[in-house]
Amino acid sequence: MSTILECKALTKRYGAKEALGGIDLTLETGRIVGLLGPNGSGKTTLIKLACGLLTPTAGEIRIMGEKPSKTTNAAVSYLPERIALPLWMTAAQAMDFYGDFFADFRRDAAEDMLGKLNMERTQTIRTMSKGTREKLQLILTMSRAAELYLLDEPIGGVDPATRDYILKTILTNYSENSTVLISTHLIADVEQALDEVVFLREGAVMLHESVDAIREEKGKSVDELFREVFAC
Amino acid sequence: MDWTFRADAPIYTQLYEQLTLSIVAGAYAPGERLPAVRELAVDAGVNPNTVQRALSELERDGLVFSQRTAGRFVTEDAGRIEQERREIARTRAGEFLAAMERLGYDREAALALLEEMKGEET
Repeated sequence: MSTILECKALTKRYGAKEALGGIDLTLETGRIVGLLGPNGSGKTTLIKLACGLLTPTAGEIRIMGEKPSKTTNAAVSYLPERIALPLWMTAAQAMDFYGDFFADFRRDAAEDMLGKLNMERTQTIRTMSKGTREKLQLILTMSRAAELYLLDEPIGGVDPATRDYILKTILTNYSENSTVLISTHLIADVEQALDEVVFLREGAVMLHESVDAIREEKGKSVDELFREVFAC
Repeated sequence: MDWTFRADAPIYTQLYEQLTLSIVAGAYAPGERLPAVRELAVDAGVNPNTVQRALSELERDGLVFSQRTAGRFVTEDAGRIEQERREIARTRAGEFLAAMERLGYDREAALALLEEMKGEET
């Protein structure tokens, strides 16, 4: 087991607003990690820093020991909060696009998932519902044989049945040597698929613990603990 | 298989309990090969590492053994399985008696009720 992601005193400010206040965090390979926290706690900021879409104000973040770059991004599969593909593309064109861009894209895996979810290869993204767009984006993201998957709210817009399918898709497709970081509000839905969770609060890591350790020590689920800790 | 998990206990212990039940109830026969870790994980919707941990516990209990390349198998020791079945049955019976006691039924009354219900369907 080795370290896939490491943050040291990682800080990000947007003007005067501090999104991440000097966090230290280490993630090992082979884990599925939940990144949990209320709105505005810094989840998306952390994910964007990890794939180099943002640069730190202070401190550092390293992926496999390196600063986020084209090299690290070749091994990082990122699912953005909102779909980042041109709306005129069809599902098939989006797969072509991923195939061109990413050497680790497994076209056969993508085709297979598309078929299982009864999605039309010829449908344009523009005409897809919110849930269908999310499914397409997730299929593309998980069809890469990456070292690190960064999934920013992958299940927010889909119905519970599809949510289950998506979780199974994640469980089926990640390799034992890769790491999956999932940010979400829907803790109860993902909890049993996670190894460990990171609770973010106002830009700070307030908890980093394994799911079963939390359940064992507190006698309650991560979802219940979250509701308690972040009660308004 | 239908998997459900309570909120108040670790997932691996619940997985372990449910797999044990499947073995003692014969859903997996003695000597039968168990599904691969990933397969079980996807089926139950849980983390593969959690499945691994549950299976290690079953191995430690002697209910399951692993062969390096072929995977994991249910023990061929029918006596070991029967012993586990008996243990689970005793635990369940104890829980039943405790629940009856809270209802004001002592052992005698609880047994009499069971006797009375003998012919009924459950």
